Amino acid sequence: MREFRYERAADPAAAVALLAAAPDGAFLGGGTNLVDLMKLGVATPDVLVDVRELTSREVADLPDGGLRIGAGVPNADLAADRRVRERFPVLAQALLAGASGQLRNRATTGGNLLQRTRCGYFTDVTKPCNKRSPGSGCGALEGVHRNHAILGQTIAGSDDPATCVTTHPSDMAVAMVALDAVVRVLGPDGEREIPIAELHRLPGSDPSRDTTLRHGELVTAIDVPALGMPSRYRKVRDRASFAFALVSVAAALDVRDGVVRDVRLALGGVAHKPWRASAAEYVLRGMPATEASFAAAVESELEAATPLRDNAFKVPMARNVVVRTLLDLAGRDTERELA
Amino acid sequence: MTTMDRLVGAGVDRIDGPAKVRGTAPYAYEQDPGEPIAHLAVVQSTVNRGRISRLDPSRAEALPGVLAVLTPANAPRLGKGLASDLPVLQSLDVHYQGQVVAAVVAETSEIAKAAVGAIAVGYDAEPPDVALSPDREDLYAPEKLMAGFATDSIIGDVDGALAAAVVSIDATYETPTQHHNPIEMHTSMARWDGDSLTLWDADQGPHNIVNDLVTGFGLDAGQVRVISPYVGGAFGSKAFTHPNQMLAAMAARVVGRTVVYELTRQQMFSLVGHRTPTIQRLRLGADPEGRLTAISHEVVEHTARIAEFAEQTATPTRVLYAAPHRRTTHRLARLDVPPPTIMRAPGETPGMFALESAMDELAVVLGLDPVELRIRNEPERDPERDLPWSTRNLVECLRTGAERFGWAGRDLRPGVRTEGRWLVGTGVASATYPTRRRKAQCRISVDGAGRYVVEIDGSDIGTGAWTALTQIAADALGTDMASVELRIGDSRLPFAGGAGGSTGLASWGTAIVFTARDLRKQLDEQHGGQPPAGGLSVDGELPGESPHAKTHSMHAYGAHFVEVRVDRDSGEVRVPRATSVYDAGTIVNAKTARSQLLGGFSMGVSMALHEGSVTDERYGHYVNHDLAEYHVATNADIGEIDISWLDVDDQLANPIGLKGIGEIGITGAAAAVANAYWHATRLRIRDLPITPDKYFRELGES
Amino acid sequence: MDSQITLRVDGAAHPLAVDTRTTLLDALRERLRITSPKKGCDHGQCGACTVLLDGRRVNSCLVLAVTVGDAEVTTSDGLAVDDVPHALHRSFVEHDAFQCGYCTPGQVCSAAGILAEARAGWPSAVTPDVAADTVELTDDEIRERMSGNLCRCAAYANIVPAVADVARAEGVRR
Ligand SMILES: Cc1cc2nc3c(=O)[nH]c(=O)nc-3n(C[C@H](O)[C@H](O)[C@H](O)COP(=O)(O)OP(=O)(O)OC[C@H]3O[C@@H](n4cnc5c(N)ncnc54)[C@H](O)[C@@H]3O)c2cc1C
Ligand code: SF4
Ligand code: FES
Ligand code: FES
Repeated sequence: MREFRYERAADPAAAVALLAAAPDGAFLGGGTNLVDLMKLGVATPDVLVDVRELTSREVADLPDGGLRIGAGVPNADLAADRRVRERFPVLAQALLAGASGQLRNRATTGGNLLQRTRCGYFTDVTKPCNKRSPGSGCGALEGVHRNHAILGQTIAGSDDPATCVTTHPSDMAVAMVALDAVVRVLGPDGEREIPIAELHRLPGSDPSRDTTLRHGELVTAIDVPALGMPSRYRKVRDRASFAFALVSVAAALDVRDGVVRDVRLALGGVAHKPWRASAAEYVLRGMPATEASFAAAVESELEAATPLRDNAFKVPMARNVVVRTLLDLAGRDTERELA
Repeated sequence: MTTMDRLVGAGVDRIDGPAKVRGTAPYAYEQDPGEPIAHLAVVQSTVNRGRISRLDPSRAEALPGVLAVLTPANAPRLGKGLASDLPVLQSLDVHYQGQVVAAVVAETSEIAKAAVGAIAVGYDAEPPDVALSPDREDLYAPEKLMAGFATDSIIGDVDGALAAAVVSIDATYETPTQHHNPIEMHTSMARWDGDSLTLWDADQGPHNIVNDLVTGFGLDAGQVRVISPYVGGAFGSKAFTHPNQMLAAMAARVVGRTVVYELTRQQMFSLVGHRTPTIQRLRLGADPEGRLTAISHEVVEHTARIAEFAEQTATPTRVLYAAPHRRTTHRLARLDVPPPTIMRAPGETPGMFALESAMDELAVVLGLDPVELRIRNEPERDPERDLPWSTRNLVECLRTGAERFGWAGRDLRPGVRTEGRWLVGTGVASATYPTRRRKAQCRISVDGAGRYVVEIDGSDIGTGAWTALTQIAADALGTDMASVELRIGDSRLPFAGGAGGSTGLASWGTAIVFTARDLRKQLDEQHGGQPPAGGLSVDGELPGESPHAKTHSMHAYGAHFVEVRVDRDSGEVRVPRATSVYDAGTIVNAKTARSQLLGGFSMGVSMALHEGSVTDERYGHYVNHDLAEYHVATNADIGEIDISWLDVDDQLANPIGLKGIGEIGITGAAAAVANAYWHATRLRIRDLPITPDKYFRELGES
Repeated sequence: MDSQITLRVDGAAHPLAVDTRTTLLDALRERLRITSPKKGCDHGQCGACTVLLDGRRVNSCLVLAVTVGDAEVTTSDGLAVDDVPHALHRSFVEHDAFQCGYCTPGQVCSAAGILAEARAGWPSAVTPDVAADTVELTDDEIRERMSGNLCRCAAYANIVPAVADVARAEGVRR
């Protein structure tokens, strides 16, 4: 691990100022991702600004029934928050499906959102990876990529600097995307709000950037607007617990009189960012809440899939679990649940 | 032997338990060397074959806190005669990816690890050759297999019998490279006092390590002491010397103080061995009643270019079932991989996956209950060695297991049971493992007050040896456990082979029994049955194999029954319940034995569903080289497991009548899971592990 | 870069100098030679290093020592009060909930953590209704909640009843 200076700041603005002066510095949340990557030599900050106890550790009510979640709220506390469990079960379930009890105790909301990919070439500094070492190539495209992306990759050849086929690993972020969360950010130029769908990006021509955040921008909170329909998270993984998703689904469904009034659908484990299934949502609204509609909707989303040599299984897997999750939700009566 | 009945068999709590649960039992890293400890970290090759062309340690050497940088250019020369990858830093040649090419010693681990990053290394490298295939032209037959087994065995006219068979199976099974991954990483801490070396070490038997240190450093055996009283799991990776012991000793000599080398988890995938991948073709021929007429089991596996390790994969096929025509063969490919080594039931574990899967496939073709098929092929004598069994109760295990599990009335048809979104099935497989014992020496001393000290260089890697040996000693001495102080895990103690081959209790326990007999005889004959005031000490020895080993075929047996559930949407697999019944001879400690059997079986479930080191054939490395990506079973993956054993013993094997329990549990377990998976889904997965993606592959959807 | 800190561990205060890079686990094991928590991966993947930090279980290998401040660190050894073993210690021994024992202090700390989490009504990934007021530590709940602690010896099927017994005694299981 490279040597670094450790800093605590008096308030968020001071933290932002500290990092603005340190182009190679980083914010430290719970450290469960950053310290891991520093040990591997993947992250090499020369200054760490500790924001774990600096950003809010509170979950506050918003007037519309939504919640403002401080960036410092531990994943475990957020999953245990009564309001989250009652109003946004999809979020509680996504958090609980991630990592382990002890990691969730330490990991923060801000850090979870910004955790980096688990691609085995990214985490191994002796192997090529455009994300870690721009221009070095993509080890995964023709290598081991069973658990890589099927949507939105940049596939331009192993040696092309734009190629990246990895996924975003966060479960929580998938739920946040389905919930239309808004990320509140404090930067050297002041505050701004980023709709979460615009936070994470596809690799495009620059796989090194996971998000649209600029250096030194501090996530201070995440606003989750009221939902008003049943929701759930379903994660498929290689073992029963403590493993990253092969495919995951965050869904919310509002069915009245057998017709889909509203739906939210996001997929994890399939793309460089949590994948909002907008096409499927569009197809579904106004359709009867039947297995056939659900299947048609998800097919329309997955039509765009461009699976790699070894991960084509994710297409039927995603299809099946989306349909199953929507069926589970459709079996519930929105009116009664909200009463 | 009346005293035998008192403690042997009882489910005594582990005597090392209270310290272990609190974390105060000192493992290698935690021992006190009596002086400040320097830390070692290594630079590993990033190529599989070639030669170091450039290695510049100067930046690392300049870092504050760095005590030394060892490279092939300056490392002390080791003695000739070290095998495999033990001549560490002795040459510029690279034989596998991950080979140690430099080592840093520093005041702290942070400094040592950071300094590693400051060392630039260049290579003249050739492309890696790491792909195993049955079509390789360079496959060869090793002279013999591990543990001295013959490479091939051919009896009768196998091809003729297969061609003539009314019913037959021809299938190829694959198991991947697996890594032991004990939770304690390999650790060696070395201290020199003049020309004497003390090594606190994580290993399966201190005496196993001493010889290599003697050879490497030109010492007498008396100048080396290896101490390993507590070991955090091993499973074979800690049986033999690896580069870590050599490096720690070498570095300590160079810097003149104690040096510790604790591997990183990532290094556990290249420096301490692995289980070879296997490709196994199984052909079975049978008559319409299901009596086997021919068995052919052909194995292709790999070894390293610098060391031959020939796993005895098809050897269980030589003993398990009767058939007049039979053949087992082993062929190796020499690849640019790290040296493979023994891993829990080496041979039996992958071999039984193939054999017991094929038996299931045969039962399906015959429309026969797979338990019944096995019973119909029960051999009266060892079918290849043509010897009587010492004891063999496989059929009894199958019958008892079937009853405990609720097997009767099982619908043979696959894919017809559902519970909600789960497809449900059940499967069975046999288990077997050879019963052996090895040479061991022992010293027992008694003081005037009747307190005994039992000394033997046995090893407890989690097996419960601390407790079981104390029980055996107490019974053999006719006393209680509190009056016996056991000393193990130290090469200064009387010689014993390491923990391995499920021979520990059979060897060390028998040596203790023999020595105790001598001691009691001397007490009776010379001291009127009372310990003399000045005490008495007796040395004893177990010469080695049982005198009956040449005239009898000795094995442990078992039967596994498992229920598997497969999520029809996602292909996720669960094993909610299992029953295993064993014929393992005398059970010395009912509590710790159950744990061993449970652990072995659970590791088999882990192998069936999760484990596999994935090679990138272009770069020649294991991509998933950590515990987040090399999946082993978590708590949530293991369901209810019913473990029991038959009330039997094997007096021909050893006077305690035990057969060894460390490995039998894993054998056959993966096949039982795969067979149940088939019964649940109609899908036959012949390549482990059975991950969810393969569900879609078999359905033809991906 | 060295930093002077004081760690409070198992009731005692330890002033020490650490590198900013030093993790809590290495500060304990390497600097203070408090070796109850173990290192099994150094990357949050095995749970062997689990300690309680102000009563909450965390992976000490991913916590930088300089961030700990005056939080109280409790190891498995520290769960024993006045040298009297904790109920979990006794239950683990009685159920033989370990073999090599190397993952065990982490398992014990994790078990102490899940008992507190269950008392607080925290749900888990297998809780059927995450909004339920209380949770009961059924076998499945224990399995899921203990899954951040790998046991390569695979003592899992004994860990579950070992934790269940204590859970029962503490009223978080019937
Ligand atoms: C073994 C293992 C298994 C895991 N399994 C899962 C899983 O199944 N599912 C899952 O979703 N996750 C999983 N995780 C990842 C885990 O959820 C993340 O490590 C964690 O959420 C990161 O939070 P943190 O606070 O520790 O972030 P840190 O490690 O502190 O930071 C992560 C990144 O965010 C930046 N950052 C932190 N806070 C802020 C802020 N307020 N503003 C701006 N930038 C900030 C940091 O600079 C860093 O780049 C696993 C992790 C491990 C080690
Ligand atoms: S997929 Fe992306 S993260 Fe992985 S090697 Fe390619 S560029 Fe790197
Ligand atoms: S050592 Fe910390 S989780 Fe493995
Ligand atoms: S007891 Fe050995 S790893 Fe758990």
